[in-house]
Amino acid sequence: MEKAREVRAIGKAGWGRTLGAAIVSCIYFFPVFFILTTAFKTRPDALAMPIKFLFTPTLSNFYSVFFRADIQGSGTTDSGFGLYFFNSLFIGGTSVFLALVIGTAAAYGFSRFPLRGNDTYLFIILTTRMLPPIIAIIPIFVLFRVFGLSGSYTGIIALYTAFNLPFSIWMAKSFFDDLDRDIEDAARMDGSSEWSVFRKICLPQVYGGLAATFVFAVILTWNEFLFALMLTGTETRTVPVAIARTIGGQVGVDWGLLSAIETLFIIPVVIVTFVLQNQLLRGVTFGTIRK
Amino acid sequence: VRNGAVRLVGGGSSSGPARTFLPPGTSFATRGFDIMTSIANPETSMSGAAARPPSRSAAGFLGWLMSPERRGPLLITPALVVLFVVNIFPLMWSFGLSFFEYKANRIAAPVFKGLGNYEDVLTDPDIWERFQHTATIVVGSVAVQLVVGFLLALLFAQEFPLRRYLLMLVLAPMMLSLSAVGVFFKLFYDPTLGFISRFISLFTPETFVILSTPARATIAVVLADAWMWSPFVMLLVLAGLVSVPKYLYEAAEIDRAGWWRRFRTITFPYIRSLLLLALLFRTIETFKIFDVVYILTEGGPGSSTETVSVYVYRLAFQFFRTSVASALGYIMLFAVIVLTSLYLYAIQTRRAEA
Repeated sequence: MEKAREVRAIGKAGWGRTLGAAIVSCIYFFPVFFILTTAFKTRPDALAMPIKFLFTPTLSNFYSVFFRADIQGSGTTDSGFGLYFFNSLFIGGTSVFLALVIGTAAAYGFSRFPLRGNDTYLFIILTTRMLPPIIAIIPIFVLFRVFGLSGSYTGIIALYTAFNLPFSIWMAKSFFDDLDRDIEDAARMDGSSEWSVFRKICLPQVYGGLAATFVFAVILTWNEFLFALMLTGTETRTVPVAIARTIGGQVGVDWGLLSAIETLFIIPVVIVTFVLQNQLLRGVTFGTIRK
Repeated sequence: VRNGAVRLVGGGSSSGPARTFLPPGTSFATRGFDIMTSIANPETSMSGAAARPPSRSAAGFLGWLMSPERRGPLLITPALVVLFVVNIFPLMWSFGLSFFEYKANRIAAPVFKGLGNYEDVLTDPDIWERFQHTATIVVGSVAVQLVVGFLLALLFAQEFPLRRYLLMLVLAPMMLSLSAVGVFFKLFYDPTLGFISRFISLFTPETFVILSTPARATIAVVLADAWMWSPFVMLLVLAGLVSVPKYLYEAAEIDRAGWWRRFRTITFPYIRSLLLLALLFRTIETFKIFDVVYILTEGGPGSSTETVSVYVYRLAFQFFRTSVASALGYIMLFAVIVLTSLYLYAIQTRRAEA
């Protein structure tokens, strides 16, 4: 591609554009901002009629995310959210790691040693990711019950590994496809084995991309709701399910508490979004669109 | 085995230069063919080399497994096995189930019903109604996403101070959890606390209650979904806007082309394919909408915001009509497969154009 020598048309604009963009961005971000601030408000502040922008922040909501006051009075009990956050991280991290190892190998195969019907395999793999999760969940729910996997870490990790695999394969393949193959061919000509071509030449060039894929997939898993709703038990429940149960269960919802949970839940995602900004387009389109 | 590896090196390097001269648009199929032939006939590429060494018989099964021809299959097998066991096998199982009468909460063995479930699904007016709700939400939400995303992209298509940070604020919603966004908007639509309901009550005397009318509930769902996904469209359009080569605009300036003409003849062709991709991608995803509806309205009031996904969920896990739910699921899957092929076709067309 000879894109490199073309000069892109992105123009320069001054602080005027910054001001305009800042206003629009703040309006657009306001829903998130509202949640973040509500999390730090006391109950009267949260209910105040014109929205209060100036208030004394409190951490009591965050305290009650993890510890619930006993009905009898003095003591507190663990609300379980510590466990749910651990579950989200543990299940997400493990399954994405497995998916990425298996997926990178497959992506390298698809990219460098294409089979007959390569595109068909890739299409089927993408379809398993695009299909409505509700279709997959019906048989999986029944099969998990038969094999006693529902509510276990093994079951949900296996499921999420398969769930992340298509994404990992398409992303990793897009990174491998971007590499310059002349370097590999030169190494082969110098007598390196196929393994060292992969290990010493291809892999180091895509480390950054694979790291981005890892973080991206962890977010997708962290956010996933339907599989977790149907297949996790009390011990393996993830945060999204716990949040949904918090609204579903009670008569009056404690919005301060809920905002605090949401804040803890989304802060990592917002930070990661910023870090991954350059890989975002590729990530949200499963590696199908690069630039 | 060692000899086998050396042989491949010969084959690989000789096909290397030939491959690099292929035009960039060449499909993988042809490249693959190129590699396959060079691997299959290594002798032809190694003119004058020693006769083929008897490596295959010497190394046994391991040698057979590690031979160059099996390198591709070997690499993708683990992935295919995992996908088959966890994903494809259950799907085939439920595909079979969709031809039987079966309830997951009964012990009774499945009874063969042929296409009966599909007939039930396609003639059930309730299901057509769910399809209509889904279509309304898809059309409304995707239209808003395209317009808002496009405008946001225009705003950010120039380099200005702090752009990276402001861009993060706009892009953040897209990365949030669908269920989290459902909870957000549930709070915003809360009649006493939510800022959206309070904002609306400034203009009308009555308080805004999300579930009070079907139209309101639908708009509420569309608003939440569109807020979340407009940044996605923006990201795609932005990629198109910044890829326009500068000399085209300079030429247009010399020709004194007006703003509209410049947009129509230079900018639009660069973002047209990306807009189409955004449209298809968002249609596929919005068609499956579940989490937001489930948390925000639970399909209410009545069933006016119940989408197909939510209905499949109800059929499968509340009414336990497992086989009917599977049949409806497969009709959805068919629609998604058609849309996905269209999407990939559009991707390839775009690559060919580039």
